Formats: sequence, structure tokens, C-alpha cells
Amino acid sequence: MENHLLSIVTFLPIFGALVIIFIPKEKLDFIRWGAAAITGLQLILAIWVLKIFDFSSAEMQLVEHYAWIPDFNIEYFMGIDGLSAPMILLTSLLSFLAVFSSWNIEKAHKGYFALFLLLDAGMMGVFVSLDFFLFYIFWEVMLLPMYFLIGIWGGPQREYAAIKFFLYTLFGSVLLLLGMLALYFISEPHTFNMLILAEQSSEFGKNVLLGMNAGKVIFMLLFVGFAIKVPIFPFHTWLPLAHVEAPTAISVILAGVLLKMGTYGFLRISFPVLKDATLWFALPLAILGLINIIYGAMAAMAQRDLKKMVAYSSVSHMGFVLLGMAALTPAGMNGAVFQMFNHGTISAMLFMLVGVVYDRAHHRDIDGFGGIAKVVPIYAGVTALAFFAGLGLPGLSGFISEALCFIGAFPVFTWITIFATLGIVLNAAYFLWAYQRIFMGELNSKYEKLEEINNRELFALVPLAIITFFLGVYPTPMLNLMSSTLNHLVETVKTAGMVAGL
Amino acid sequence: MNLNQIMTDLSYFIPELILTGILLAVIVFDLFQKAETSIRAGYLALGGLALVGIALIGQDVSVPTGIFTNMLAVDGFGKFLKVLVTIGAMLVMWISFNTNELKDRRVGEYYVLILVLVLGMYFLVSATHLLSIYISLEMVSIMSYLLSGYLKEQIRSNEASVKYVVFGAFSSGILLYGFSLLYGLTGSADIFEIQAALAAGSTSPALLLLILIMVLVGFGYKIAAVPFHFWTPDVYEGAPTPITAFLSVAPKAAGFAIIIRFFNVTFSSTGNPNMEAWSALENMNWQAIIGLLSVLSMTVGNVIALQQSNIKRMLAYSSIAHAGYMLLGVVVADQTGVAAILYYAAVYMFMNLGAFFVAIHIKNAFDTEDIEDYKSLGYKAPVLGVIMAIFMFSLTGLPPTGGFVAKFYIFRALIEYGDMYFYLALIGLINGVISLYYYMRVVKAMYFGKIELVEQVHNAPLNITILLVILAAPLLLAWIVGDPLSAYAQDAVHFFIK
Repeated sequence: MENHLLSIVTFLPIFGALVIIFIPKEKLDFIRWGAAAITGLQLILAIWVLKIFDFSSAEMQLVEHYAWIPDFNIEYFMGIDGLSAPMILLTSLLSFLAVFSSWNIEKAHKGYFALFLLLDAGMMGVFVSLDFFLFYIFWEVMLLPMYFLIGIWGGPQREYAAIKFFLYTLFGSVLLLLGMLALYFISEPHTFNMLILAEQSSEFGKNVLLGMNAGKVIFMLLFVGFAIKVPIFPFHTWLPLAHVEAPTAISVILAGVLLKMGTYGFLRISFPVLKDATLWFALPLAILGLINIIYGAMAAMAQRDLKKMVAYSSVSHMGFVLLGMAALTPAGMNGAVFQMFNHGTISAMLFMLVGVVYDRAHHRDIDGFGGIAKVVPIYAGVTALAFFAGLGLPGLSGFISEALCFIGAFPVFTWITIFATLGIVLNAAYFLWAYQRIFMGELNSKYEKLEEINNRELFALVPLAIITFFLGVYPTPMLNLMSSTLNHLVETVKTAGMVAGL
Repeated sequence: MNLNQIMTDLSYFIPELILTGILLAVIVFDLFQKAETSIRAGYLALGGLALVGIALIGQDVSVPTGIFTNMLAVDGFGKFLKVLVTIGAMLVMWISFNTNELKDRRVGEYYVLILVLVLGMYFLVSATHLLSIYISLEMVSIMSYLLSGYLKEQIRSNEASVKYVVFGAFSSGILLYGFSLLYGLTGSADIFEIQAALAAGSTSPALLLLILIMVLVGFGYKIAAVPFHFWTPDVYEGAPTPITAFLSVAPKAAGFAIIIRFFNVTFSSTGNPNMEAWSALENMNWQAIIGLLSVLSMTVGNVIALQQSNIKRMLAYSSIAHAGYMLLGVVVADQTGVAAILYYAAVYMFMNLGAFFVAIHIKNAFDTEDIEDYKSLGYKAPVLGVIMAIFMFSLTGLPPTGGFVAKFYIFRALIEYGDMYFYLALIGLINGVISLYYYMRVVKAMYFGKIELVEQVHNAPLNITILLVILAAPLLLAWIVGDPLSAYAQDAVHFFIK
């Protein structure tokens, strides 16, 4: 079984989706608990994967490698290293918890949970694929359930949000496809195998494509594809709309996992395969990171809609990831991936909390509450923790990863980093300001009877809160998990740069 | 040419002979049927076509041969397309049994006409002589005119037929003019001899360009490429829907076959399309012209499809766009390109027939062709909704459907060669994104918006459901298990050369 563990983790949800389709739709509890059981089992398997995983090694582990479409040298190739391991944990954890945030969806439950599981499989597949073609298939497969989940179960503007999300990401994907094919034909022998492509890294820059350095052209093609997912300014306009219109659990998945795919794509493909181009693009990437941090925070501050504020905070937080990885230092790189994980857990909490209050008040206007801490103290407490985590309070996980990003980036991009730290202040400002307006002050008489957060909702939130707190105090286990791989990545990119005389 | 030679040639001609026998048998059989029972002629035609299909699959084409003094070729390329066309015709007959449009009328000759159309396409995909090309092209065209005007008492159907005839006659006239110039220049009507004469040089490039354009008018009209597409929407809308479905796939595939065979032989430097290093005739960059047609077809087809509200018209314009994608493979022109087109044609047949068949059933059951009226269909008829969604995703070219793989092979063939092709691939891919919008309108109508629940969900009759599953399942599964179709398509790139 261990030989096929990754396949099982990936395809288990598809099997679950098939089972759910055949449950009669009146048996609502079976459907919900069925989805919970499948994702729960997936989480257990993911933890098992981490248990077997040897984190002292930078090698690929749990590898599954078979020929798939031999005519084109397409392989069924899966494996994990210290970069994908945290993402697998994040994906399975958030999928499991998001099932509990989906308890209250109002219609077509069967379809919802079947699509949700399909989405889960697609995300997992992206993080374990080592063949670019396979990666692309999973990357795209994810779009279909996402389109339906936003378009059917979303808010008032759901149809527009769904098609906008779909068109945007598909546009990114086709550029990705072009880049992928270009890589395939430049590599010798032609291959989609990411590891072999990474070995041939130094060759790509010597080719010419569209009259320019092929490595750089391909890097830019992949860049747009990944940047739309992250999303990097100015490709971010789909995000606020999709996040706001999506149902709570889907916002959780969008912010928690989908955004990570963009940065994961950079680190899995662009960086190791196109090392020269990466060094060439490091500075622009850092600047884009800075823009994301500042712009995201400013935009968040201007929002009246709580969910939109949280959505823009994601833009800002992903900026830290970009800055950290652009620095190409061990600290920055570890900080970036750690921040990916932390943002996953923290933004998931934030979206869940928005969902909790929206279910009760049926609006999300920050100014429309006031003083509700008196009525719902537990909710106020959990929200405080999540907001503090979001603004990077020391002692919570977000602080460590943001600090690492800054530490890593400072020696390389001193001025950019100095400006980026402004982002921390801005982040603190809008989180605290929003908290104050919602929970403090005079109690809004409309909400004297506001219902307290219930156990099911707490069940989804508490594990995330514990993780946030634990990793804030003791981040070593997570850093150990990733550091061998990431340090190796930094080293190979740097060495390639020295060889090329950059 | 002696009797022995004819007998030998006839032994390569068995599927066509069986088909001819069957179509005569169906005509005679139909004479003894009343209007109510004339559907039996259809059953006979379907059974007979299955027989032809078996004979065809059993045919050995490992040694490509020219028959009847090289009028026709018997080779792997032709066989692949013949099988494809046969399967398409069988599926179309199947749905024709079930469409309300053909209820309560005499349908014997309808099936005879389809059989003749199939025979015409058999000739068209194997023609290697200007005469056989022209005759088979006309055979296909005339049957298409008759079939699209089959609903005699409907004005739309009449309009379709007349438009088709006028456009068709005009373009085949131009084609014939082009052919006559070729014959006048080279003194031969055999495409291999023409190639040899052209490759020997001395023909003025301007004249060649003129010939090329004239030929393209004739062929381009058959595959409905822009700017020869004006007949398409009206014909597609007016013709009986099963015929629309058929026209959008089979004659189109046959049209591509003749474009490939004719261009890759006549306008190549060696006259041998089997060689891996294929190159065009000197002074004759016809690939650029095809590339232009391709870009126009994709873009115009997609942009106009965006505005359609009738499902048949939407699919008509989208079929123009798909012709554009397939033309990208013609631009590449070498073996990977041809294999990609064959693959695309096969996948396109499944997904487009599927989409049309769902539209036919919805017209039967809910009496509408308007996309807006598909609202809540995903809940009213869940099975139908899911299957239609699969076809829409596949037509867009999204994984994990066959439509994606088909496009992938086309773009793969393109990117292998230089920069011009890279831009073409980029344009093609962006067109895929545009097409997402209108295909998703169908999905949106079926699933999004206010859900109207019904007491009893609608299920299509079993035979239609089976038919649709036969079309949809391979799209989802075939390529996942190592993609056997791709291997067939590659093996099929094997032309007869003189």
C-alpha cells in the first residue's frame, strides 16, 4: 500500500464522489457524513504520508513512476518532497474542515459534495504530480468543480463571479500549456518529467524562441499562468469577486489551497527548471511582492464588506510569499513556504468566521454590527485570535513566517523589504479597525439576540487555531519538514547563477 | 487495363461494393413498405452499414494501393476516415429513428440518401485524380443538398437547401476552374503527375497562387472555413437536426481528408507525404495561406457564436471554429500534423454528434432549441444534464475530456516548429478561452440560476441514453488508458503514393 500511497490519497475523493452520487438525495446525513468520512480518511492518510516521509532528505519520496502515454513520453509520475509535503497536509486538513463549513448549504447537497470531493482530488493531484502533463491535467480538472461550486451555491453575483474566475484561470492555463509544450520540445529527449527538465535547466537559456532567450520566454508564459492563481497584481481582479461570492467552505478552499498553487507552481517548476530566468526575474518578482503587500493591505482597509476585506488580505499575505521566495536565500525560501502553509490555515479561519456571522446576520457590512462581543464572547475570542494571527502578532504562526521572509529578503532587497514592512502596519490597522467596529463599542440593538457560535463551527475552527498557536510558539517541526528541500533548491538556483556568471 | 487488373482492383473495393449493394437493396425494400413502416428501410440501412463497417475494418491496407488506374487510393489514411464516417453515419441513423422531425413521413429514401452520401465520402477520402476528386465531391454535395431540404413543407428547410445549392454550385465551379488550369499547365489530371510537373519548375508563382486559391474555395466551402462559411448557419439551422449533426462532422472530415491528400501531394516538393521531413513546393508558401484561413475561421466562428441564442446556430458557428483548429494541423502538414487532425476529427465527431443529439432529444421532449430554455435542465433531467455538460467541456477543450487531448495534439504538432507556428498556437489557445464563454452558457442555463424542481425527473428513453453514453464515455475514458486512438491515428498516416 505504501507504494501507492500518493495515488490513494489523490484518488480517494474521486471514489468518494462516485459513492455520494449513488446515495439517495433524501439521506442528507449520509451524504454529509460520507463526505466527512472520505476527507477524514484522506487526512489520516496524509498524516501517515508525513510519518513515513524522511525530512532530512531533499530527494523525492514515495515515488510512483509509470509510463502512461508512451508515444509522447508522458508519464504517471508522482512523488513528494519537503515542498509538497506541507501542501498535502494543508489540502487534506482544509478539505476535511471545510466539509463542516458546508453543513448549511441550502440546495442540491449531493452535487455539492460530489463536486467538492472532485475539487479535493484535483488539488491533491497538483501537489503530488512530478510530470508536467499530469500536473496540468490536475490543474485544469480543478477548474470544473470550482466553476460549479461558485456558480450554483454562491452569493447574488455568483454567475458572473464563476465565469470570470473560469475565464481568467483558463487564460492563465493556456499560457501555461504553451510554456509546457515549449519546454517539452526544447528538452532532449523530449520529456514532461520535471526532475529531468530541472537537470537540463542550463540548456533552455541557450535556445531562441520568438527571437528571444527561450528560458525567459517560457518563464514569462509560466509566470502569467501561475500569477493569475496567486494572484499577483495586476492579475488579481478575479479574486475579490470569486472569494466573496463563493460559499464559505469554497472561499476557505480558494484562499487556503488554490492560491498556494500559484506559488507552488513557481517553486516546483519555474525556479528549478528555469534557474537562469529565475535569477533574471527575481527583482521584478520582489517588486511585485511589495506591490501585493501594500496594495492588498490598502484595498483591504477600504472595504466595508468583511469578506472582501479578508479576500484582499490574502492578496497582501501572498505578497510576503513572493518577496520571500524572490530573495533566493534559505531564510526567505523557508519563510515563503511556511507563509504559504500559515496563510492557508489563517485565511481558512478568517473565511469560516465570516461565514459564521453571515449565517446569522445575513450581511457582512463591517459598520453594520457594533459591540457584539458582549453577546457572542466565544465568537469574539476566536475572531480575535484569527485577526491577530492575520496581522502577524508574535506568538502566532503568521509572525514567524513573515519575519523569516523579511530576514531572508533584507540582505538582498534591502529597500524593498523596508517598504514591505509597512505592510505589517497596514495589516494591523485594518484588522484592528475592523475588529473594533464589529465587536467593540455600543451594542447594536439589532443583535441583542445574536446566536453564539455552535459546536460544529467550533469544531472546524479549533484545530486551525491550535495549529496557528502551536506553530507560532514552536515552528521547528514544520521548518524541519521543508528545509532540506528548500535549501537544496536555493543552492541549485544560486549555483546555476554563478555558472552562468550572473 | 485488362480484365484481370479490374478484378484485382475490385478486390480492394469490397466495402464499397457491399455498400452499393445494400443501398440498392434498401431502395427496393422501401418500395414494398407503407409510409408507417418505411422506418424498416432505415433499420436495414443501419444493419447493412454495420456490415460494411466490418468489411472495412477487415480490409488489409498495409500495402497502400492505387486502384482503377490510380483514380482512388486504398491506404491507411483513407481507411481511418472511412471507418470514422461509417461510425458517424450509423450513430446519425440511430438518432434519426428517434427524432420527432422525421415522424409521420416516408423516410425510406432519407436513409438511402445517407448511404449514398457515405459512399461519396468513401470516394472523396481516397480520390487521387482530379476527376475522381470532383465527382466524389459533387456526390457528397448533392446528397447534402437533398438531405438538408428533406423537410419539404418547412420554409427553413427549403431555404437551407437552396442556399446550400447556390453556394455549392458557385464554389464547385470555381474549384473546377482551378482544376482546369492545373490540367492545362501540367497536361495531367493525376495528382502525382501534376506534382512532378509542378516540381520541375517553370510555372509562374502568381498563377500557382491563383490555382491554389481557386482550389481552396472549393475545399474550404466543404469544411466551412471562413470566408467560405456563409451557408453554414442557415443550412445547419434549417436542415433536419440529425443531418445537421452529420454534416458538421462527416463531410467535414472528408473535406479535410481531400485537402490533406491533395495539398500534401500536389503542392509538396517530393510528392511523398509519407516522408517525415515533408516540405512544400518551392515558391509556394501555401501553409501561410491556410494559417490565415485557420485564424479567420477560429476567430470569426467563435466571436459570432458568442451571440447565438439558438443551440443549433451556436453549434454551427462553433463548428466553423473547430474547422479552424483542425486547419492548424493542415498548416503543420507533416505526419504529426496529419495524425493530430485525424485524432481531432474522431474526437470532434463524438463530442459534436453528442451535443447535437442532446439538442435533438431536448427538442423532442421540451420542444425548444433556445439555450435560455435549457434552464434547470440539470435538475429536471440529471443524466441528460451531466452528459451535455461533458460534451460542452469537451468542445471547449478542457481536461479531463478527449477534446483537450485532441487540442493538445494539434498544439503539440504546431509548437514543434518555429515561431510562426508558436503565434498560431497562441491564437488557437486564446480562441479556446473565448469559446469557453458560449459553451458555458449552456452549462450555466442548465445548472445556475433559480432551480426549478419538478416532481418527476425526466429521463431520456433507454436507447437514447445508451447512445449518448456511447458518445460521452470514450471522451472521458479513452485517453486515460494510454490513448489507443492516438496510436490508430498515427498508424493511419500512411498514404498511397505512385
